[in-house]
Amino acid sequence: MSNKQKIENDIGHPFIEWKRKHLLGLRELSAEEITYILDTASGFEQLSARAVKKAPTLRGKLVVNLFFEDSTRTRNSFALAASRLSADVVEFTKKDSSVSKGETLLDTARNLEAMGIDIVVIRHNAGGAPTLLSKYINACVVNAGDGYCEHPTQGLLDVYTIRKLRGTLKGLKIAIVGDITHSRVARSDLWAMTKLGAEVTFVGPPTLLPPKIEQLPVKISYSLDDVIEKVDVINMLRIQFERLGGNPFPSVREYSHYFGLTVERMKRAKPDILVMHPGPINRGLEIESEVADGKNSVILQQVTNGVAVRMAVLFLVNQAAAQQAGQTL
Amino acid sequence: MNKNMGNELLIKNGHVIDPANRVNKKCDILISDEKFVEVGRISSLVARRPSLERGTSHGSRVTVIDATGKLVVPGLIDMHVHFREPGDEEEETIASGSAAAVAGGFTSVVCMPNTTPPIEDETDVEYVHRKARKARKTHVYTMGAITKGREGVELAEMGFMSQAGAVGFTDDGRGVQDPAVMLRALKYAQMFNVVIAQHCQDNRIAGSGVMNAGYYSTILGLPGQDGLAEEAMLWRDIQLVKKIKPGTVRYHAQHISTAGSVEIIRAAKKQGLPVTCEATPHHLLLTEKCCAEYDTNYMVNPPLRPEKDIEALKEALADGLIDALVTDHAPHLASEKELEFLAAPFGIAGLECALGLYVKALIEPGIIDWPGLIRLMTERPAKIIGVDKGAMTKGKQADVTIIDPDAEYKIDVNKFRSKSKNCPYHGWKVKGKVVTTIVGGEIRFSAETG
Repeated sequence: MSNKQKIENDIGHPFIEWKRKHLLGLRELSAEEITYILDTASGFEQLSARAVKKAPTLRGKLVVNLFFEDSTRTRNSFALAASRLSADVVEFTKKDSSVSKGETLLDTARNLEAMGIDIVVIRHNAGGAPTLLSKYINACVVNAGDGYCEHPTQGLLDVYTIRKLRGTLKGLKIAIVGDITHSRVARSDLWAMTKLGAEVTFVGPPTLLPPKIEQLPVKISYSLDDVIEKVDVINMLRIQFERLGGNPFPSVREYSHYFGLTVERMKRAKPDILVMHPGPINRGLEIESEVADGKNSVILQQVTNGVAVRMAVLFLVNQAAAQQAGQTL
Repeated sequence: MNKNMGNELLIKNGHVIDPANRVNKKCDILISDEKFVEVGRISSLVARRPSLERGTSHGSRVTVIDATGKLVVPGLIDMHVHFREPGDEEEETIASGSAAAVAGGFTSVVCMPNTTPPIEDETDVEYVHRKARKARKTHVYTMGAITKGREGVELAEMGFMSQAGAVGFTDDGRGVQDPAVMLRALKYAQMFNVVIAQHCQDNRIAGSGVMNAGYYSTILGLPGQDGLAEEAMLWRDIQLVKKIKPGTVRYHAQHISTAGSVEIIRAAKKQGLPVTCEATPHHLLLTEKCCAEYDTNYMVNPPLRPEKDIEALKEALADGLIDALVTDHAPHLASEKELEFLAAPFGIAGLECALGLYVKALIEPGIIDWPGLIRLMTERPAKIIGVDKGAMTKGKQADVTIIDPDAEYKIDVNKFRSKSKNCPYHGWKVKGKVVTTIVGGEIRFSAETG
């Protein structure tokens, strides 16, 4: 079996040339590119079901998890994805990324690069930090969440989960509920979902909607009650108390009253509605436990699919880097 | 005695634009002992003093500059620069900033007081003047802080600073947040007939915004600063100005950037209030869209706005509503700018390319003409800060800028005299090149010799 065939065997579909050595966001990707990542992830999902859950694709490659913000699931998901592809993983967690207190982001990255890293998986509190890195270092950069700009692998795993359960996103109505202003998930979801043909509605109080939102390809509603009956998928965002700032709603009680996904509200939803949440869940706040754990919830499937999606992303950016370095597979 | 004493300078065949004296014609200028002696036709000058043509006169040396095809204008004035001294000398010093100024054609600049520590008392003002004398390039004025430490709480010693030569007061970089403090500052300043300048920005509205609040901040996931932050403070200040006795203190809105601000200024001027304002090249040439690649060289405060605000500013300029053009020259090191948007400092270094940028923004599209542009860079700012500059009047200190209006050149930050290169115009082609800068009758910059 040739190398190419081996890869096709691993990813489960024909192999095409992937040109992007960075995954910075989904806004810049085409529907075809997103679909290609999803197809690749699908192959890796099958790999995960095998007795030997490893592919040698990234053997000898070094992946750094460069996390400037708290994260458990995304960081572990990336680590797991990298190790399933036989890469070595270095964890680099630096909670305080404030420049006044130490090394700049670029200096940190340049130091890591001097140690011979191939892929940087970065989470940072500033929108655009991965873009900045990609301009100054040679390694591949994968965005694991930047400020409230994008969280592309979350967006990908969300559409992956929907596609897997519904076959397609075309024509689906999807509500994303909560703090849109500070949500990178909402943005990445929006780009991925609309590119794949879904109709997205952002639902939240006006104080948690960003400026000029009407210029984005999205519908807006201040009322979950108006929307709940119409949608095929509902994605409940976590209220991120650490980001809120000020007092965008009077109380948690009142927020839950208007925007919480309750058992009561679920009674009016389509019977096969998919309930999603990027986690971690504030039980009883944006979502009631019975709903989070209920039959419509796909929250844990999202987590499972996250690994396959991240394997696909690591695999593809590495492939693009190899291509650009003139190496053949 | 000044080493220039006894020397004479003849600038001949240039097209002289001196808006303050309503001159806009081809003529010659004779400078002697640092002062303007004659602005007129060379024939009459030479007839009286034939030795001028030969290069000597009364036993002194005459330098002759042939300005054929050039514009000869009063030395340009930039009433809004940051020279970072004291405190951040790695970014700029009064010496390096002064060198940049004359290269940009500016014979007078006004330093903002937001240094570390701020310019907030008499000795600070004198320090700036002393450094400027030593640099011996451009005239350097300074504004003093309105409040101690620019904290917006207690008034700084405006009287003493005024006596020491401060040409106005501002907490620039920050607006005075408390309306009671601002009213007190305006009232107190009535004693000194000075200008109180404001960086209009209500911090409670601005929040942590690092760019304009709008479509781009939303898709880039960056905190936005709504134009309302500027407009709210400007509107508030105009109400405060109404409480002031006419003819005592003047109010100046710094770097206005929105259509809303233009309307507030328009209304205030209509009421005859002593209000002036300024605009920068970047708010006339660059939009919020420039931030799309997260290049922090476009990170500036007030932030770059959408197209409609640019249109409003240009319209205001055409209507004569804007009183001064400034650079807001704000140098920062590359290492400070190579940061995330949340961590990098605001500011654009622009002294050395400002003139060409104004030609591109205002003259080429026909918004104002050369005399209009020169007025906003000479006579008008001189009046705002209350200095006897910006005109080529007989007997006045001779500051002159000679411009080649047709010369096209490429902006190259690597050739900047400024210590900092944080300039988003690198590589732009512009027309309108400063050829010679004369300060107090002495050639302080020549494009030929560099």
